[in-house]
Amino acid sequence: MTAATLSRQGKNSLPPWMSPPSVWVRAVKALVIVLIVITMIYPLVYVIAMSFASPSQARAGVVFPTEFSLDAYRAIFNGGTVTQGLTNSLFITVVGTILSLAATSMLAWGLARTRQVPGAKAVLILVLATMFFSAGIIPNFMLVKYLGLLDSTWSLIIPGLISAFNMIVIRNFFQGLPEELIEAARIDGAGEWRIFLRIVLPLSKPVLAVMGLFYAVGYWNTYFNALLYINDSEKWPIQVVLQQYVLAGVQIPGAVVSPDAPPPPGVTLQMAVIVLATVPILVVYPFLQRYFTSGVLTGAIKG
Amino acid sequence: MSVNIAESPEARTARAPGPPAPPKPRKPSLRQRIWRERWAYTFIVPGALFFLVFAYVPMLGNVVAFQDYSPFRGIEGSPWVGFANFTAIWTDPEVLTALRNTLIIAVLQLVFAFTAPIALALLLNSLISERAKRFVQTVVYLPHFLSWVIVISVWQQVLGGGGLVAGLLDGMGMPGFDAMTNADTFKLLVVAQGMWKDVGWGTIIFFAAIAGIPHDRYEAAAIDGATPWQRTWHITLPALVPVATLLLILNIGSILTVGFEQLLLQQPMVGADAAQVLDTFVYFRGVMGGQWGIATAAGLLKGIIGTILVLSANRLAKRLGGEGIF
Repeated sequence: MTAATLSRQGKNSLPPWMSPPSVWVRAVKALVIVLIVITMIYPLVYVIAMSFASPSQARAGVVFPTEFSLDAYRAIFNGGTVTQGLTNSLFITVVGTILSLAATSMLAWGLARTRQVPGAKAVLILVLATMFFSAGIIPNFMLVKYLGLLDSTWSLIIPGLISAFNMIVIRNFFQGLPEELIEAARIDGAGEWRIFLRIVLPLSKPVLAVMGLFYAVGYWNTYFNALLYINDSEKWPIQVVLQQYVLAGVQIPGAVVSPDAPPPPGVTLQMAVIVLATVPILVVYPFLQRYFTSGVLTGAIKG
Repeated sequence: MSVNIAESPEARTARAPGPPAPPKPRKPSLRQRIWRERWAYTFIVPGALFFLVFAYVPMLGNVVAFQDYSPFRGIEGSPWVGFANFTAIWTDPEVLTALRNTLIIAVLQLVFAFTAPIALALLLNSLISERAKRFVQTVVYLPHFLSWVIVISVWQQVLGGGGLVAGLLDGMGMPGFDAMTNADTFKLLVVAQGMWKDVGWGTIIFFAAIAGIPHDRYEAAAIDGATPWQRTWHITLPALVPVATLLLILNIGSILTVGFEQLLLQQPMVGADAAQVLDTFVYFRGVMGGQWGIATAAGLLKGIIGTILVLSANRLAKRLGGEGIF
C-alpha cells in the first residue's frame, strides 16, 4: 500500500492494517483534548464576555454573564488614554510593517545571488550570526539614546527593522523563483530595480503576506522597548497602556459614561482594555493560520 | 538552522541542458565582477548598514562593563575600573538569587515545556478525523500570537485575587485564593503560562517531522504484529529525535534567558526573591538603579556563557552521532 492508495480512501477512514482504537482509548483521548481546548479558549472567552457584562453581574462575579452592557467601552473611549494608545500602536504597526517588508525584501534580493556577487556571502554570514547573540539591554539602550531616538515612536520601529530569520525565509523564496523569467526581463533591457519591483515582488506575494503578518503581530505586541525607550505617556503603545491599567492597577483617567452616572466597575474596564488590545490579533489570526501548514515556515526552519 | 548559501538560481540553471556552451571566456577579475554586479550593492548596502549599526555597534557598548559608567559622563568621561564590576557580581546576593531562580525555571521548562509539544503532537497525530485535528490546531496555536502583557492580564482575571477561580472558591467557603502573587508556586506558574502560550506553536515543527515518516513503515510494523503503542515508540518517536536534538541545543543556549517580559511584568506582584532572573536584574540594577557598569557586566557574562553553552551542546550532539545546527 502506498501513500496514493491511502489518500484515495478519504481522509477520515483508517488504513486497513490499522485496528480501530478501543472505546476506552478513544474516550480518554477525547477527554484530554476537550480539557486542552477548554484551557486554551475559555480564559479568552471569559474575558471577552465579562467586558460586556452588566455592572451588577460584573461586581457579583459570574462564570458567564447573562446581562450585557456596552458601558465599559463607552467609558474607555470617553477617557481618551486608551484610544491614544490604540492609535499609537496602529501607527507603529502599519508604518513598521511596510518599512520592514521593504527593507527585508531588498536585502533578501541582494543576497539571493551569493555566488555571483563578491562580498554577499560575507554579509549573509554576518546577518545570520545575529540570530545567535544580542548585545544586551543596556548597550541597545545606549545606542538608541545616542541616536536621539529616546521618547520617539521611531525607537520602536527602526532598531528592529529587519529580522534575520524573516530575511532568510524571503531569500529562500526568491531563490525558488523561475530564473528564466528574470533572465528574459534582463535581456529585454529591464533595470534591476524594475525587475525587483515588477517581477520579483509580485511573484512573491504569498511569502510577503506571511512575513508581513508576522512583522505586524510583532509591532502590535511591542512592550518592553516602549517601556525602555518611551517616557511620554502620550506616545505609549497599547501594550504599555494595558500594563498600566490592568496589571499595575492605575485608574483610567476620565473613564466615565457620563459625568453624573457612576463609573462602570473596574473589572469590566480592565477586561475591555484587554479585549481592545487583543482584537487586532484575533482579526488577522485566520489569515495567519492559513499559512502555518503551507510549509513556508517549517521549510525555512529546516533550511 | 543550516542555510544553503551556495545554491543560487544561476547555479541551478547553469546545470540545465541547453545549447552547447561557447568557449569559456577568461575569468573576470574581482574588480570586473564587482562592477558587473554593482546594482546588487544598492540592495545589500542599506540592509548591511542596518545590521552593522543595530546589531554590531551595540556590542561595543559592552565596554562599560569595565567602567564605573554614568550616562552623564558618557563612555569617554567614565573612569575605567578593570574587572571590579565582575568581582562585584560574585559577592552580590541579588545576583545569586537571580541565577538560582533562572536555573530553576530553566530546568522546569526543560522538563515540562520542552516535552509537552512532543506529547501534544503525538496525541493530535493519533486523531483520525482531519477536521477535529485542524480545529484543535487552530485553538492551540492562537495564544502564541498574544503578547505577554495580554497573556498575564488574562491569567490575572482568571487565577488572580478577585478573579474567576477566586470567586468560585470563595463561594465554596475557601476565600483568599490568588495564584498570581503566591511566591512559593510562582516558578510553576511561569512554566504553566509558557506552556499555555507556546505548547501549540511548538507542535508545528514536530508535525513536519511526523509528516516525513513513510507510511509503509507503519504498515510493515502492523503486519509484524506491533501494537499502536509499539508503533509510536519504535517508529514515530525515533523520527522526532533529530528535531528534538536541534531544539534542545537552542534551548541550552538560552538556558540563562527565561521569559524576560513575562518575569518583568510579574515581578512587582510576586517580589524579587521569587521572580528576579538575570535579565530582570540587568534591567532593574542598570536602567532603574543606575548601576550601569555592574548590570552591563552581568549581561555580558550571561551572553558569553550562553554562547559557550550553545557551542558545547552543538559539539556534544555531533559527537553523539546526531546533527548539530551548524
